[in-house]
Amino acid sequence: MLEARILDKLTEIVGKENIATEVQDMICYGYDATQMEFLPDAVVHPANSAEVSQVLALANREKFPVFPRGAGSGFTGGALPKGGGIVLVTTRMNRILRIDTDNLVAEVEPGVVTEAFQMEVEKLGLFYPPDPASLKFSTLGGNVAECAGGPRAVKYGVTKDFVMGLEVVLPTGEVIRTGGETVKGVVGYDLTKLICGSEGTLGVITKIIFKLLPYPDSKKTMLTVFDSIDGAARAVSTIIKGKIIPTTLEFMDHATLTCVERRFNLGLPAEGRAVLLIEVDGDRDLIEKQAEQIHALIKPLGLVQFRVAKDAAESEELWRVRRLVSPSLRDVNPDKFNEDIVVPRSRVPDVIRRIEQIQQRYEIPIVNFGHAGDGNIHVNIMIDKTVPGQLEKAHEAIKEVFQAALDLGGTMSGEHGVGLAKQAFIPMELTADQIGAMRAIKRALDPNNILNPGKMLPVE
Amino acid sequence: MTKKTVDPLERVEKELKKCVKCGACRANCPAFTAFQREPAVARGKVALAQHIMKGDITLDDGTYAAMSKCLLCGSCVEKCPNQVPTDEIVIAAREALAKRRGLTTFHKAVGQVIKTRKLMNLGAFAASILGPVFFRKIPATSGLRLRFPVPFIGNSRHIPQIAKKSFIASHPEVIQGEPGKPRIVFFVGCMTNFVYTGIGEATIKLFQHLGCTIIIPKDQQCCGLPGMSGGDLDTVRELAEQNLAALEAHQADYVMTACATCGGALHKLYPLVIGKRNPELKERLKALADKTVDASVLLKKLGLNPEETGSSAELNITYHDPCHLRTAGITKEPRALLKGTPGLNLVEMEGADRCCGLGGTFNVYHYDSSLKINAGKTAAIQATGADAVVTGCPGCIMQLSDGLKQAGDKTRVVHTVELLAGQIKR
Repeated sequence: MLEARILDKLTEIVGKENIATEVQDMICYGYDATQMEFLPDAVVHPANSAEVSQVLALANREKFPVFPRGAGSGFTGGALPKGGGIVLVTTRMNRILRIDTDNLVAEVEPGVVTEAFQMEVEKLGLFYPPDPASLKFSTLGGNVAECAGGPRAVKYGVTKDFVMGLEVVLPTGEVIRTGGETVKGVVGYDLTKLICGSEGTLGVITKIIFKLLPYPDSKKTMLTVFDSIDGAARAVSTIIKGKIIPTTLEFMDHATLTCVERRFNLGLPAEGRAVLLIEVDGDRDLIEKQAEQIHALIKPLGLVQFRVAKDAAESEELWRVRRLVSPSLRDVNPDKFNEDIVVPRSRVPDVIRRIEQIQQRYEIPIVNFGHAGDGNIHVNIMIDKTVPGQLEKAHEAIKEVFQAALDLGGTMSGEHGVGLAKQAFIPMELTADQIGAMRAIKRALDPNNILNPGKMLPVE
Repeated sequence: MTKKTVDPLERVEKELKKCVKCGACRANCPAFTAFQREPAVARGKVALAQHIMKGDITLDDGTYAAMSKCLLCGSCVEKCPNQVPTDEIVIAAREALAKRRGLTTFHKAVGQVIKTRKLMNLGAFAASILGPVFFRKIPATSGLRLRFPVPFIGNSRHIPQIAKKSFIASHPEVIQGEPGKPRIVFFVGCMTNFVYTGIGEATIKLFQHLGCTIIIPKDQQCCGLPGMSGGDLDTVRELAEQNLAALEAHQADYVMTACATCGGALHKLYPLVIGKRNPELKERLKALADKTVDASVLLKKLGLNPEETGSSAELNITYHDPCHLRTAGITKEPRALLKGTPGLNLVEMEGADRCCGLGGTFNVYHYDSSLKINAGKTAAIQATGADAVVTGCPGCIMQLSDGLKQAGDKTRVVHTVELLAGQIKR
């Protein structure tokens, strides 16, 4: 519990409207999408970097933990106040400060919701491509802290590829700027990239400068159905090898399709074993040609259906298949572990085979879908926690899935992060020296370990 | 905590487990838009309900405050990946709170008024009977001096005029139509009965035009929704039984409402709140729900040609979806009828499907937030440049009118049936 005098000081900093200590508020800031729960001692909603700075300086002096939080939609517990302390919510800092159409950059505060930002830049004919599934409610600050990805990463990359500069409040209270808004810039260490994906352990992001692109002229959506999972997996590498980089290349396996079909009856062909949802964007003539090329490339791989959307409405209809995946999965089993491994694109068929073997060995359903175009597969291990032994089985299966990804030259997480959920598995991927280097950075910036402590790196 | 207190929440225990706290509700919740804090959003309320069930928080002021921050608009349910019925969860939690803490003075008063037998048939006396609760004839110190959304008393609110004679009192119980044509029971609702009688008149004209027999049962009551929003489900149950008896008494093909909220009560709320312990009553209420139909849907079904009946004045209009129609899937029918009406040019507003911010009790306890939500609506209406905003719920009409008037805007707010009946002279 925090002492009353500390709560008084926090109240002085953010104002009494912006601090909460009632149990109801603690419950409502104690969860995220992991379904874990840890109650904080207080929740503060600072209005600007000056207030964030004062809160962190106080925490550093008084040595209490601070857990930064955006929308609280993370999948790994990055924003959860494990062990107690205060949750620092960034959503009051929600202004788009400027959109510079001369230089194609924008500056925002961290609490802006991703989709709201995209809509604003699109009004000016500009484009911010990162599209995590949570974009309608997740915040840009959270996206940067977790380095969020999304389907469009195949062509455009992930959040960090669009971050040019940041304003960050360090755990000791100093406010610094990193990077800038020039395309080039090599003065000093690249702290911008260090902060991206640091999961709120090195600083609180209070401003972000994003790179923007011109909005693509047009796009084309294709739904392709294959008679084998292997065919679909090979289609991914065949398209890339054919020197076409689609905007998205979404993969859904048979188990996924069965779930969606059972609930929503979309009329997918019965002999279909896997689906690729492919989208290309750019110049109208170019994408027509690309669509034809893609068709020619994947035809020999057991293609049983190739549907091209004629207009935006049909495109939306095809995307519906993908969007319905998440709500359908729970028909398999009530509880799921949603992992997001990545392998080099050419190894997608191999990793899918490995996961099938794991599934058979453990006899628990594993449903695979995701952004195959960049090698990122969402592996959903579906269990019923109330059945004795299933939780342990799932844990073992997850470990093997991670090992499969690592064996094939990949990583255990492409976009969800480590947080609390994957912490225990980190030594599988990182060597003691790598972890040591990371710890040294953390200690240098956060000597009293007050900012999001106990996250990401394995507990010492 | 005693077992009895938790009872209403047990109704939704299974549903509570479906929420995975993904946060999707943050994108769609009007209450969250206004408050910007997690207890105001669906997953926050689900989390609180889960903790109430576990017994580790009590049904105290803090829980009450959180549960009161919901418009029951259903937008979270529609957009939830797991279809968690947060509206039903909040209704159950409010009932649990009311049972534990007792009703607030305000809601006791509401219950007493809406349960008044013959309330709907009071005619010219209505205003004087309702007065002590609804109007400012009460000393400022009295607990009864309450702001009530139907018809609303607010500090700065524009209060609609109360009718001199109630709608039901102004009409015979049966208006005979042509033989062989449908017999329709008209469930009028308080707002139409006491305030917007024009909606009732237009509804009658339209169904008379179609040759229908219209029955306006004298002993129908308030639908009970104002009670529900405060957790007074016992009053809702009482009214459900009374209304069931009143509406069943007449052999009819349809039970028709021109109030989205009343429709929601008959269609969804009644069967929901009657427990399994009373299977016979539940069955009858289900049968009533199946017969209940919104005026716009029935007009479309019976083949109304708005070219014959509708206003021919040149008018730019925009349409607002009342939550209780939208969540019942009724969005196309009113638009189709309006589009088919000569002279009307329908311009869609941004976020036509978003709640106006009335939400029963929400508007009473959170008037400032309600105004904030409404301000967004006002801006969306103004951006269309429409001469009139059309909707299918008298509650929304009151709220939208208030927002527009406070913004100094003269845009008219009308019910769909009023435009559809524009040419019918009696």
